Amino acid sequence: MFLSFFGAIESGLIYALMALGVFLSFRVLNFPDLTVDGSFVTGAAVAAVMIVNGSSPLMATVVAIVAGFVAGCFTGLLHTKGKINPLLSGILMMIALYSINLRIMGRSNIPLLNESTLFTSITSFWENLGLSTPFNQMLSFIGIQANPRTWAILFFALIITLIVKFLTDYFLKTEVGLALRATGDNQKMIRSFSANTDILIILGLGISNAFVAFSGALIAQHGGFADAGMGIGMIIIGLASVIIGEALFGTKTIARTTLAVVGGAIVYRIVVSLALRVDFLDTSDMKLITSVIVIAALIAPKVIESNRERRRRKRKRIELEQVLASEEGEKKNVAT
Amino acid sequence: MLQLNRVSLTFNEGTLDEKKALQHVNLNLKRGDFLTIIGSNGAGKSTLMNVVSGSLLPDTGNVIIDDKSVTHLQEFRRSRFIGRVFQDPMAGTAPSMTIEENLAMAWSRNKNRTLKPGVNKKRKQLFKEHLSTLNLGLEDRLTAKVGLLSGGERQALSLLMATFTEPKILLLDEHTAALDPSRAELITEITANVVEKFGLTTLMVTHNMQQALDLGNRLIMMDKGQIILDVDEKEKPTLTVEKLLDEFQRIRGEQLMSDKTVLG
Ligand SMILES: Nc1ncnc2c1ncn2[C@@H]1O[C@H](COP(=O)(O)OP(=O)(O)O)[C@@H](O)[C@H]1O
Ligand SMILES: [Mg+2]
Repeated sequence: MFLSFFGAIESGLIYALMALGVFLSFRVLNFPDLTVDGSFVTGAAVAAVMIVNGSSPLMATVVAIVAGFVAGCFTGLLHTKGKINPLLSGILMMIALYSINLRIMGRSNIPLLNESTLFTSITSFWENLGLSTPFNQMLSFIGIQANPRTWAILFFALIITLIVKFLTDYFLKTEVGLALRATGDNQKMIRSFSANTDILIILGLGISNAFVAFSGALIAQHGGFADAGMGIGMIIIGLASVIIGEALFGTKTIARTTLAVVGGAIVYRIVVSLALRVDFLDTSDMKLITSVIVIAALIAPKVIESNRERRRRKRKRIELEQVLASEEGEKKNVAT
Repeated sequence: MLQLNRVSLTFNEGTLDEKKALQHVNLNLKRGDFLTIIGSNGAGKSTLMNVVSGSLLPDTGNVIIDDKSVTHLQEFRRSRFIGRVFQDPMAGTAPSMTIEENLAMAWSRNKNRTLKPGVNKKRKQLFKEHLSTLNLGLEDRLTAKVGLLSGGERQALSLLMATFTEPKILLLDEHTAALDPSRAELITEITANVVEKFGLTTLMVTHNMQQALDLGNRLIMMDKGQIILDVDEKEKPTLTVEKLLDEFQRIRGEQLMSDKTVLG
């Protein structure tokens, strides 16, 4: 139980990068970008191929991020210069990337089991210093006997995700960032304040997909493989994280919202790992579980809201009846 | 300052919906001129504004600002030196962003946007000073989301955002039309103040004849895509609503009052 919880947080933190990318396109730019399913794999594919061919994992990850950025820019170009609607631009790019990813990989699956990755290097560095021991002692102190393989990945993922989160927060408050947000909010208006909305959309989608590819590159190194099909439904997972996070943790400020998105990604993973513990569900049901979670996350707030409304109306009606009844009573009193 | 030379624009040319929105329009404004524009619905007033701002390109003719032709300059490049307020109070601001963020975005209009924070201490102070001139108490609500403001407050903010970088040209398209009378009056007053304070060359479309007479030093009347009356600085102070109506009847041979709702 504890170990699957631990694993869910670990991978949730890595998927949070993808969710932050989805947040940028869907929420900030107001652009439903479906490129994600493709660019996630592009990140994984580029990283895996480079690592297998002997590049340093760091270099491989950086190139993967750049590849995601380029993919996002293409979607932006299709929309702004080609005047293709946002959904279609994303789908076209997603389909195109499917073939491109296969070209990059040369086959549909690349195992990384015996390669050194960012995570293996960090882990061996961490374990050499014996840094996991105090955390494991802490666990046994609070009565949990199971020890995770290493704490290195958790902390590494946490640091990376927080860095990206804070960079995003900062960026969205810069002059360029403000213009980007305004582009999502009110394009006509920001054009009248000398912003080139085409460039901003291209840039925004580039950054968004760079985050997604970053996440893909790390997931490949974490899971030990890249696979042409690993991106299927990724956009829905990203959306689920954004929606769940916003509903649970609020959207008061930018910093709060990005934190909520990271939280949403982790909660999503925890929910999935709990769902998988149900006996009759297995890993092939993942996509179904994802859909159900998103549908629930979309419908639940509305149901809660309308129930609250109904209760409020009922309360008002009872109050009114009481007032009427007491007035009635007074009249009778006067009459007698 | 602003010159339009034989500007024409036709929508849906060659179809049943063909609409000659502008026909050989000539206009010449000096620096600091304040032009009010009246005319019935569909006369081409908004189209004229859009041609100046660059959101529409004319079929023929050219637009010259400060002796430079901007006819083919894209809207976002032109808007470095053209401020604009729209009729719809929702149109001029970004609702999900705060007051200070909206102002910061507008403040970057005539600068290159950088990766430095848009809002800093110094700017906050500056924004507060500007906001306090509106007398709406907005200076105490810098971090409130603009979506929470009333229509009048938003329009006042739009007006400030459009003007405080002192653009060469200010375009106001019925920017008080969507407000209730008392709010409209307030915005009109603020408009007169900011235009005077920054000495802006201004074009203001209004459906309110009295407003068109009260504000500005020049006036044009448009109809069917043409400027049918051009009142200069000397003549404008002597103008009355009756004279304008008579003038229209003399030129067009029909009653303008039939369009009372538009020219109330
Ligand atoms: N984008 C457009 N496409 C087609 N016709 C338009 C468009 N914009 C305006 N028109 C038409 O051009 C004419 C002038 O419109 P407009 O400039 O908006 O008039 P107004 O003086 O009321 O602001 C109107 O008949 C209008 O229907
Ligand atoms: Mg109009």
